Amino acid sequence: MTPERRTALEEALLPPLVALAVALVAGDLLILTYGEAPGAVWRLMLEGTWGNAYGIGQVLYKATALAFTGLAVALTLRVGLFNIGAEGQLAAGGFAAGLVGLALPAGTPMLLAVALCVAGAAVAGGITGAVPGVLRAKFGAHEVIVTIMMNFIVLAVLNYIVSAHLHVPETLHTPSINAGAVPRLADSIAAFHGSAANWTVLIAGATIGAVAWFLFRTRAGFEWRAVGLQPGAAEYGGVQVGRVWRNAMILSGAIAGIGGVNFVLGYKGYYEDGFAGGAGFLGIAVALVGRNHPLGVAIAALFFATLSQGGLAINAMVPKQMVEVLQGIVILAVAASVPEVRALVRAAAGKRRAAEAS
Amino acid sequence: MTLLLFLSQAIRIAVPYLFAAGGGVLAERAGIVSLSLEGYMLGGAFGAAIGAHVTGSAWAGLAAGVACGALLGSLHALCTIRFRADQIVTGVAINLFVVGITRFFLQLAFDSSSNSPRVAGFGGEGAGAWALAANPLVWLGILTMPVLGVVIYRTTFGLRARAVGEHPAAAESLGIRVSAVRYAAVIGSGALASLGGVYLTLDQHQFTDSMTAGRGFIALAAVIFGRWDPKRAGIACLLFAAAETLQIQLQGAQLIPSQFVAMIPYVLTIVAVAGVVGRSTPPAALGRAAD
Repeated sequence: MTPERRTALEEALLPPLVALAVALVAGDLLILTYGEAPGAVWRLMLEGTWGNAYGIGQVLYKATALAFTGLAVALTLRVGLFNIGAEGQLAAGGFAAGLVGLALPAGTPMLLAVALCVAGAAVAGGITGAVPGVLRAKFGAHEVIVTIMMNFIVLAVLNYIVSAHLHVPETLHTPSINAGAVPRLADSIAAFHGSAANWTVLIAGATIGAVAWFLFRTRAGFEWRAVGLQPGAAEYGGVQVGRVWRNAMILSGAIAGIGGVNFVLGYKGYYEDGFAGGAGFLGIAVALVGRNHPLGVAIAALFFATLSQGGLAINAMVPKQMVEVLQGIVILAVAASVPEVRALVRAAAGKRRAAEAS
Repeated sequence: MTLLLFLSQAIRIAVPYLFAAGGGVLAERAGIVSLSLEGYMLGGAFGAAIGAHVTGSAWAGLAAGVACGALLGSLHALCTIRFRADQIVTGVAINLFVVGITRFFLQLAFDSSSNSPRVAGFGGEGAGAWALAANPLVWLGILTMPVLGVVIYRTTFGLRARAVGEHPAAAESLGIRVSAVRYAAVIGSGALASLGGVYLTLDQHQFTDSMTAGRGFIALAAVIFGRWDPKRAGIACLLFAAAETLQIQLQGAQLIPSQFVAMIPYVLTIVAVAGVVGRSTPPAALGRAAD
């Protein structure tokens, strides 16, 4: 391993480990305030998630949506932007997937129907991401502000459409789709019976691979990363920074949008108001803990999915809201330790270099 | 009479916005991004419920709520100033954290996943103008922006906060302790914004889960739409509250779907930052850690 690679690896891996330690201590304290034994609660959490096929299925199901939103946020951070709008993009994508599934005739071949629904989700998410992207590229409007505001606007529009025009009476969801349902894992692997895990997880895996290939193996990906590191230098090198920003926001929105397929096509078979339920915001946590690397995002998505499923597993002993507290603490700890760790690691590397030189 | 009813309802809605937007202006003028207004408000609302429940006094509720807000502000300040954490991420994390911790302690303290028991409040009963006028928090809310305007433009602290928010290095070279000013602004911001939540709890006589319901983000929209200026941000709060009041009063008429009225603050804010009518420009060093 080259010294540069070692430094980069330490910089990437240490903050999540620090955060894990902080979260364990904070979790212990919360468990103790509730008068339970920490060891027993943590064991219950592990058993309820990775201890049986149903738990694993639920973790995979939750990780699927988080992988998409985490990837969406990580992609924009790679070009130096911050997409806080994954929540709205996810909802828009899910809604479009549901609409396409409703519009298709029953009996459309499954692969074709799924492909069309996924395309619909990507387009809807992409359009939602395009608004902040274009406003940033053309007018310099700060994308953080625009994406926050877009979340509320998109959710309000969807709420209006569903509640005023498209809902099944007495509910806040649309009628069931005619085509495009993604089969559950349980259909082929009986052990997963009852869990919501479905083959959207494969689309998530493929998207992670595709983004990694794009970022690290293509010329455009190299330009995007250059813009993220030094927009001025990239511009001087002939990269059209504004265009990269716009395209990155569109692609990010499209990826978040495809995440909606997991719930709409893979689980319920219809769009339901409010289904995103914070998965878009958790995407920020996933990108941060995953250090903006596609592989890291996959691991972080599994981690946060384990936490959220684990909350349900321990609910009999400690309120499941404990995991929401821990999610917040993990994010704070990673964010707070990144600059500190960077300084320490670089100082240590400098010392090693000096020792070798002498 | 209708006008009085309209005004009192609009003020009732505007008060939490005014407190939270005031907190937002204070922190952001000192260069620290305030995405955590929602969390401060929710923390303040919960603290008020605990304080008022334990002591039976609305004033103790107020004190406990503000203490919670100041504590959350300190957490934000510690992460972003001492540890130089990303300010946007920190704000998002604090919001998540507060939702979780209030739910956890709601369960622990009141054995409920939805609401606290009935607690004391200020002023008279009902929604009339008199009940409103008897509530000291309403007057405090109305005074927030004028007072903040004086603090920011007419005091030494305000001058320092603005200098730190525009050019921390230059401020430092003049002997201003950048970190100290930012700590004060962010902790003050948490305390001020939490009053918005305190008001909600004492007005509704109970805490309910996630009761701030995005009001912190409307306040943030008011800060940006008001171009980080107390007076303009205050007017933005009143404007947003008036639109909401109009929507509530016209609910029977069904002229415009309520969702579209609810969208007004967000659309206006996007228009403002895109610079279509008078660009809204943030303080120059907003979001950057001082070296």
